Amino acid sequence: MWVYEKKLQYPVRVSNCNPRLAKYLIEQYGGADGELAAALRYLNQRYTIPDKVIGLLTDIGTEEFAHLEMIATMVYKLTKDATPQQMVAAGLGEHYANHDGALFYQNAAGDPWTATYIQAKGDPIADLYEDIAAEEKARATYQWLIDISDDPDINDSLRFLREREIVHSMRFREAVEILKEDKGKKKFF
Amino acid sequence: MNKKLDDEYYQLLEQIQAADFVLVELTHYLDTHPTDQQALQQFNQFQLYSKQLKAVFEPKYGPLLGFGNSPGGENKWEWGQGPWPWQV
Amino acid sequence: MTRAKTFTLIKSYKPFHSKFDPCPPIGRKYFSTPPQLYINFQPPNLEQFTPEEALKYGTLWKFFYDFYDNPYRERET
Repeated sequence: MWVYEKKLQYPVRVSNCNPRLAKYLIEQYGGADGELAAALRYLNQRYTIPDKVIGLLTDIGTEEFAHLEMIATMVYKLTKDATPQQMVAAGLGEHYANHDGALFYQNAAGDPWTATYIQAKGDPIADLYEDIAAEEKARATYQWLIDISDDPDINDSLRFLREREIVHSMRFREAVEILKEDKGKKKFF
Repeated sequence: MNKKLDDEYYQLLEQIQAADFVLVELTHYLDTHPTDQQALQQFNQFQLYSKQLKAVFEPKYGPLLGFGNSPGGENKWEWGQGPWPWQV
Repeated sequence: MTRAKTFTLIKSYKPFHSKFDPCPPIGRKYFSTPPQLYINFQPPNLEQFTPEEALKYGTLWKFFYDFYDNPYRERET
């Protein structure tokens, strides 16, 4: 069951009116290594994973929706006041022709989101390694977005999101250790 | 009708975001370290602290949680009132 | 546990440049090696940020904090 909390996880601000950035940020909205893919991947895998790690998959999956909302907020703030001509000038003409200023689950190249972005092998080790890889890929994507964005406030939010991927990766690696562990022997380091 | 957003709104909101962020971090940590008593105590402490902050925030600025996890409103339905998080 | 000088957070390498390459060489390529790579399991009692700092930095624990900035910035100006 999900309950919505009417606040962003992190205060998102945008310094400059530059709708062009929205085109790149959408990669983390509807792209292969984006927040939607992450949320759906973990929440789906959790049905067939050992009990010990269901909590972790549920909780990280839920947090990813909060991150999705943050990306949506950045895109929304960048495009909400754009005229059709400004959208075209920002490279968002194709998007406008279909959606006006509506967001959509697609990547920076305009490819629509697909379930082929995620996997669920049913094998806990395979699933967790997919999750670790997903977090590293998301971390890298945030790096590329920080590289091409010159907006200090957006970069602040992107750095937050990148740091979250680092912590999530640690947790999934810990989940693997938990599943590897023989009964009675706990290792911390 | 949108609620008025003064400086106090933004300050209180950030305090809540900070407290709730600690709770998220501790949640993930406790998911993989369920026997860490110290972390559990810290979680419980922050859970109370977050509740206190929200008890100040919600009467002024409306309910934060849906489906009955926050009060609905004294005389009118507050949940549906703006502004929404991506707008502030 | 502190990170001290035991590991760095960014690595670099020099891609091979052929005399037939059309463009000037990029010089060094950089990649990130975040702190979590260097431990298998978070130990208890790691030093924490304050809640306000934790929110800003994106993690409760100082050990995991890794500031990222464009490593190619100087080259582009």
